[in-house]
Amino acid sequence: MSTIELTGVTKHFGGFTAVKNVSLAVSAGEVVCLLGPSGCGKTTTLRIIAGLERASAGDVVIAGKRMNDLRPDQRDIAMVFQFYALYPALTVRENIMFPLHVEGLDAQTGADRVARVARMLQLEPVLDRLPNHISEGEKQRVAVARAVVRDPNCFLFDEPLSRLDVELRQTMRGQIKSVLTGLSKATVIVTHDQLEALTMADRIAIMRDGVIEQIASPHEVFARPTTLFVASFIGTPQMNLLTAQFDGVEGAHGRFTVDGQPIRLAVDPAVKRLAKGQVTIGIRPRAFIPDGAGGADTIAGRAELIEPMGAETLIHARTPLGSDLRVVVPREIKVKSGDALSLRTDARETHVFDGSGMAVRA
Amino acid sequence: MTDMTANAVGSARPARAPLTRRLRFGSSASGVGHAGWGRTVGAAIVSLIYFFPVFWIILTAFKTYEDALAVPAKFFFTPTLENFAQVFSRAYSAGGPTVNTGFTLYFFNSLFISGVSVLLALAIGTLAAFGFSRYPLKGNDTYLFMILTTRMLPAIVVIIPIFIMFRVTGLAGTYLGIIALYTVFNLPFAIWMMKSFFDELSPDVEDAARIDGSSDVRVFFKICLPQVLAGLAATAVFGLILTWNEFLFALLLSGVETRTVPVAMSQTIGGDIGVRWGLLAAIETLFLIPVIIVTFALQNQLLRGVTFGTIKR
Repeated sequence: MSTIELTGVTKHFGGFTAVKNVSLAVSAGEVVCLLGPSGCGKTTTLRIIAGLERASAGDVVIAGKRMNDLRPDQRDIAMVFQFYALYPALTVRENIMFPLHVEGLDAQTGADRVARVARMLQLEPVLDRLPNHISEGEKQRVAVARAVVRDPNCFLFDEPLSRLDVELRQTMRGQIKSVLTGLSKATVIVTHDQLEALTMADRIAIMRDGVIEQIASPHEVFARPTTLFVASFIGTPQMNLLTAQFDGVEGAHGRFTVDGQPIRLAVDPAVKRLAKGQVTIGIRPRAFIPDGAGGADTIAGRAELIEPMGAETLIHARTPLGSDLRVVVPREIKVKSGDALSLRTDARETHVFDGSGMAVRA
Repeated sequence: MTDMTANAVGSARPARAPLTRRLRFGSSASGVGHAGWGRTVGAAIVSLIYFFPVFWIILTAFKTYEDALAVPAKFFFTPTLENFAQVFSRAYSAGGPTVNTGFTLYFFNSLFISGVSVLLALAIGTLAAFGFSRYPLKGNDTYLFMILTTRMLPAIVVIIPIFIMFRVTGLAGTYLGIIALYTVFNLPFAIWMMKSFFDELSPDVEDAARIDGSSDVRVFFKICLPQVLAGLAATAVFGLILTWNEFLFALLLSGVETRTVPVAMSQTIGGDIGVRWGLLAAIETLFLIPVIIVTFALQNQLLRGVTFGTIKR
């Protein structure tokens, strides 16, 4: 079975700990994205799986076999590098064929395999060129072709799309996803682009400072972030995070003071177990409803800057005490800079984080 | 291909550019353009000055004894191949018997000794350089520095101890001895040169090859070595020129059977009618040919080799 299991994997570089006690299980056919800002340890984690770095502690199990002490060439994995790492002295065809030597295929089977992936990734016209003489998008596809030509234990992708332009990135995202679907292997993709993670992954592991903060489906990490960091990292525009004083609950509503302004917000039932004190309220920009009614259930603000984004409009607003709010409304709702806003939210979209940054949720 | 396109763009641009820009020294918006006739002529003159001694030697090789000594120097004369014939067999005294000069052997020796020692230095140096580059020792730079220090001494300083060592070990006068010496002589350069080439390679590419199931040996031969061909060519040419022209060690350490051309040439200078410049020039002309052939054969690689690292990145 093509699976990957990490248990308590830790990596020190001198005095610096790049990866702290990471545990992760990827089942056959599953695509897991390691997502996080640069320096969060995601690439190191990937290199540990590949065997390019040795874990300081913990176990790496691939296809049911403990691989801690095996060299990369003994692990039978395929990896796509951020800078493609094509073999400069070999033609595209030779590049794609290179990994096949380990399988000891006869020439015909090898050529057939190369032909198949070349067709799948539209590389036929450039098969006899050298990597320096093909476009960036083609290089990327060669890197993918070289990985999928084999039948490895698992696939690893290190920032596979980061060097492509926006348009190409969209196409390749779909292409990689469809290629991976046909292979049913455990796959780990490292990326710092949340859109890439949200669109390609079955599950996303969000990392910060060497720790996995949350691992869940794309829907789950967006809808139910477990930590303040995940909440702020996922979603564009970024979630509004308001420092607030929690004053207790009233039925399904929590009472808070934001910028000295008392408000009632529909919240998760678990909030009633929370002690009074300082909390952070997270509200997605699209969760605001500017209904103009005002009152205790709404946050008051003033529109400062309007950014039309096509189908929607992004409003930068400010509360009376100066906290910034990002509000996204459908383009039908006309708001001018300087307008007073009164913003309502609904329970599903209001996240409360306690003093330690953990989501308070049932 | 890319260069040609770039040139085409460069040459097309000044024509469309305003007059003021065209008058400036071949500059173009892209930074690529023709240097112009003035600079080309200037470069040609400097090149000719450089090339003149070589040209003069080749010219002299075709002159008779009298023409070679003529004052003022003769540029126009009836060429003769006499000197070239005499390189290999001639009479040592006027009217004496024509004998074999042994130069066939000396040319073979020069080729054999230089060729083998350069190939050995290249093989050992490349492996050592790969080691220094990819598996650094503790205090890597110290070792590299120590290797280079052997080249900081003038050869004359070490010639006596080496001479004694060769006498004691019986290496003096043998192919093994002189080849070993030249190999060691070329190694520091080969190691330093090749290390800089390996340092330039992307480690990702090697990681990729490892993941694709390659052992370190396969990574070295299939992935790294093909990328440093230019470096190998440049190192080989420089090493070859150095070894080919080496005189001091060859003079003291080669025997009659292993004598190289520079040594044999020095011994040709004497003679009953004074220095035979035409003969010496003929030897020198023949001696130039192998180096020129090798340099031409490796020309493309060589150019990439010496500009490696300065153009890239």
